[in-house]
Amino acid sequence: MLQFRQEGIYCIPGNFFIDPWQPVDFAVVTHGHADHARWGMKNYLCHHFTVPILKSRIGIDISVQGLSYHESIHINGVKVSLHPAGHIIGSAQIRMEYKGKVCVVSGDYKTQNDGLSAPFESIKCHEFVSESTFGLPIYHWLSVEQQNQHMQNWVLQNQTNGKTSVFIGYSLGKAQRIMKALVGIAPLHVHYSIAKLNQAYESVGVKLPPYNIINLQEDIKQVDTHIVIVPPALADSKVIHKIPHMANAICSGWMQVRGSRRWRSADAGFAISDHADWQGLLDVIKATEAEKVYITHGQTAVFTKYLNEIGILAEEVRTVFGNEEEELEKT
Amino acid sequence: MRAFATLINALDSTNKTNLKLEAIDRFLLEADNDDKLWFLALFTGKRPKRNINTTLMKQWAIEVTGIPEWLFQESYAAVGDLGETIALILPQAHHYVDRTLTAWMNRIIALKDSTEAEKKEFVLQAWNNLPTTERFIFNKLLGGSFRLGVSSKTLINALARHYQMDASTVTHSVMGDWKMGEVTFENLIKGHYTDTQLSKPYPFCLAYPLEKDLNELGDVKDWQIEYKWDGIRGQFIKRDNEVFIWSRGEELVTDQFPEIRDILRQWQGNFVIDGEILVVKEQEVMNFSALQKRLNRKTISKKLLEEFPVQVYAYDLMEWEGDDWRQKSMLERRQQLEALFFLNPSPHLHLSKVITIDHWEALKSIRENARSINSEGIMLKHKVSLYHTGRKKGDWWKWKIDPLTIDAVLIYAQKGSGRRSAYYTDYTFAVRHGEHLVTIAKAYSGLTDKEIKEVSRFVNKNALEKFGPVRTVKPELVFEIAFEGIAFSNRHKSGVALRFPRIARWRTDKTVADIDDIEEIKKMIH
Repeated sequence: MLQFRQEGIYCIPGNFFIDPWQPVDFAVVTHGHADHARWGMKNYLCHHFTVPILKSRIGIDISVQGLSYHESIHINGVKVSLHPAGHIIGSAQIRMEYKGKVCVVSGDYKTQNDGLSAPFESIKCHEFVSESTFGLPIYHWLSVEQQNQHMQNWVLQNQTNGKTSVFIGYSLGKAQRIMKALVGIAPLHVHYSIAKLNQAYESVGVKLPPYNIINLQEDIKQVDTHIVIVPPALADSKVIHKIPHMANAICSGWMQVRGSRRWRSADAGFAISDHADWQGLLDVIKATEAEKVYITHGQTAVFTKYLNEIGILAEEVRTVFGNEEEELEKT
Repeated sequence: MRAFATLINALDSTNKTNLKLEAIDRFLLEADNDDKLWFLALFTGKRPKRNINTTLMKQWAIEVTGIPEWLFQESYAAVGDLGETIALILPQAHHYVDRTLTAWMNRIIALKDSTEAEKKEFVLQAWNNLPTTERFIFNKLLGGSFRLGVSSKTLINALARHYQMDASTVTHSVMGDWKMGEVTFENLIKGHYTDTQLSKPYPFCLAYPLEKDLNELGDVKDWQIEYKWDGIRGQFIKRDNEVFIWSRGEELVTDQFPEIRDILRQWQGNFVIDGEILVVKEQEVMNFSALQKRLNRKTISKKLLEEFPVQVYAYDLMEWEGDDWRQKSMLERRQQLEALFFLNPSPHLHLSKVITIDHWEALKSIRENARSINSEGIMLKHKVSLYHTGRKKGDWWKWKIDPLTIDAVLIYAQKGSGRRSAYYTDYTFAVRHGEHLVTIAKAYSGLTDKEIKEVSRFVNKNALEKFGPVRTVKPELVFEIAFEGIAFSNRHKSGVALRFPRIARWRTDKTVADIDDIEEIKKMIH
C-alpha cells in the first residue's frame, strides 16, 4: 500500500503523498514543521490546528483542508484518518485503511504529554512508519514535572545572581512548552517570531501563559532578570548580547549528552524534546503490533538493526526529513 | 556528593570563565574540608589507582540493561565517554544514597582488596542509587581519569580568588607531592607544607610566539638569544644533597634519567635549574623520536642508555643556595648559572649556547638553519626579564621555524569525544603511494567549528561504512598538514612518522590529484 518514492511517501491506491518533499497534487501533512510541510503542493490535507500554521508559513492562499482527530474521509477508496502524535499542536499520525489493510505514517511523535498537544494515541496496524531521531538507548527523558522543576530552579538561581534567563528553543512547539513550564516564575518575554506562532495556538483555543513580545532591535533593558525565549536562529547572533546579564540555556533532546552541551557551549542545557526517547519509540512500535516497520530519519541503521534482532521486522527508509544540522536546531 | 555534582555540572556546561569561578566559589563555601581536598586532588592528577577495569564496568552495564554489545558500542560512539555512556543507558535510579565525596572515595579505595563479586555488588548498588549526573561522576571516580570542564590554571585562579592570595603562591602550594590524609585543605592552599618539601618545583616561565618585527624589539644587545630545543623541558633540583628532576607536565622523572641524576648528586651547591633534556650523540642533538624511546619505561636498560644517551642543555637558574632567584634579572641569573657550571664541569650537562650577533638581520639565517641541527627555532629573552610564572608578554619570545607541510586527503573520520562528540572531528589523512593511498597522519585540530560542521556534513553524505565509530569516506577533501618534524618509522604503514601533525588549512582549491607522494615526502628526512 505504501511506496517510498523520490517525491516522498506515497499511498498507492489513494494516489496521494504524505509529507512529500517535492511538489505533488495531493499532500497529507503530519504537522507544521518545515521539513514535513513544504511549499508547492496543489492540495494539502492536515489537522484543523495545522491549517493556520501552514497558511502562515507557506501562504495564505494555499488549498488546504482541515480534519479533526478520528474524523475520516475517503480518498480514492482509501479511508484516511488523523490521530494525535503528541509532537506539537495539530501533529497527527496518518492512518490509511484499504481493503482491510491498515498502514500508519506517524511523522514525528512523542509519548510524553506536554499538556499542549493532544496526547499520543497508539494505533494497531499492519505497517507502521516511524522516525528514529533519538533511537539510541542513551536517550530517555525525565518526566515533564522533573523537566519543569529543573528549568524553574535554574531561573530562580539566575534571579538570585541577578541574571536574565534566556531559553533557546524552536519557535513551534518547544517555545510554548518552555512558556508553560515557567508560568508564574518570572515575567515571560518572547521573540516576535515565537509570538507569531503563539497566535496559531491561541486561535485554536490553547491557553498560553501571559507574555510580552520583544524585538531585539529595540531597547530591551526591561527584560533584566526576567525570562526570555528566542528561536535557535538567534542563539549565535550578535543582537542576543543586547539582553542584559544573560545566562542562556538550550532546550533540545541532544542536550542529554555532555559532548553536545559543551559543543553548543550554552550556560545550561535541558534535554527536553518533542520526539520520543528510546523507550518511547520501542513502546509505540510494539503497541502497533505491526508486521512491518519502516524506519525513517534519525538513527535509522542502528534502530532498524535492533528491531530486527528483537523480532520486529524492520526496514530502513531514506527520507529527507530533518538532517542532523536542522534537528540540532529544531528538537 | 550533591555539591560536587552541582559543581561538575556547572563547570561542564558553561564556557564562561567567570561562571566557572563562581561555581567553584560556591563549592568552596558549601563543601566540607575533606571533600575540598579530594576536589583538588582529583583535578591536579592525584587520583587513586583504578581498582575496577573498564571492561568489567562495560560488561556489568550490558548485563543490567540487557542490550546487545554492538548497541552499547554504538551508544559509546555517539557519547564519546565510557562512564557517561554507562550512566545514560542504565535504568533510572529508584533510590538515592547521599554520601560525601570523601565517603565515596574511601569506599572506592577500599575496593583494592575486594573480590570481583564484591566489586560488582558495590558498583551495581551505586548505579542503582544515584541519579544520572552523580552516576556519571561516580564512574569517573572509579576510573581515575578526571578532566572535566576546568583547567588547573582556572582552578588555581579560583582558589587564589577565594582565599585572596597570589595565584603563583597557590600554584607553588598545591604543586608537588602532598598526600591525602597528611594535609588539610586550608593549610595546603596557604602553603603550610611548602617549606618542608625538598622536591618542590617552581612553575615554568613560558614564552609567547614572536608577533612583531625583530627591529621593534630594540637593541639586539639587550637580548639573550638561544636555540629553542625540542626535548623535554625539565627542572633539576638539588637541595640538601637530594636530587629531583621534574618534567613540565609536573611529573617527577628523576629515575628515568639516571645518568643525569647521578651526576647531579656529585655537583656542588644547592640549586634549581631550568633546562632541556635531549638525546645527544657525538655532540649532535637527535630529534624527538629518539628521546621518545627513553620515556615511560619501567626500567632503563644499559643498552638503552648507550643507544639513546641524554644530556641537559641548561637555560636558567631559579634558585641558588636556598634563595629564590626568580625576581633577579636574566643577566644575573645567567652569570650565576655560568658560575655553577664552571664549578661543576661534566660532559652530560651543558649551558644552553648564547648566540651573539651584531644586528637582527643576522638572526634570520641562523633561524633558517636551525632545523639542520634539530633545533626548532630561536628563543629571545630580555636581559632584564624576571623569571615569570607562566607566560608574560614582552619578556620572552619564541621564534619557531616554519613548520613543514604536505597536502593529504581525508580518508577516515571519527566523532570526537567530550565536547566534540557531536561531530566528526578526528581525521586520518593519506598521501599517494604510486597508484594507491597510504595513511600518513591523524589530526584532531586546526579547523574552525564551522569547517568541522562542513566536513561532518560531507562525512555523513559520503560515508562508506555505517557501523562503529569510524567512517571511511570518499578520498576527496584535501588538507594541508603541518608538522614539526619527520622521521623514519617501522610502526607506521607509510614508513614515516610526523611530529605534531595538525591541519594547517583546508585546501578547497585542490583535488586528490594534487596530493603529495610518499617517496617525495621521505626526502624531507635528513
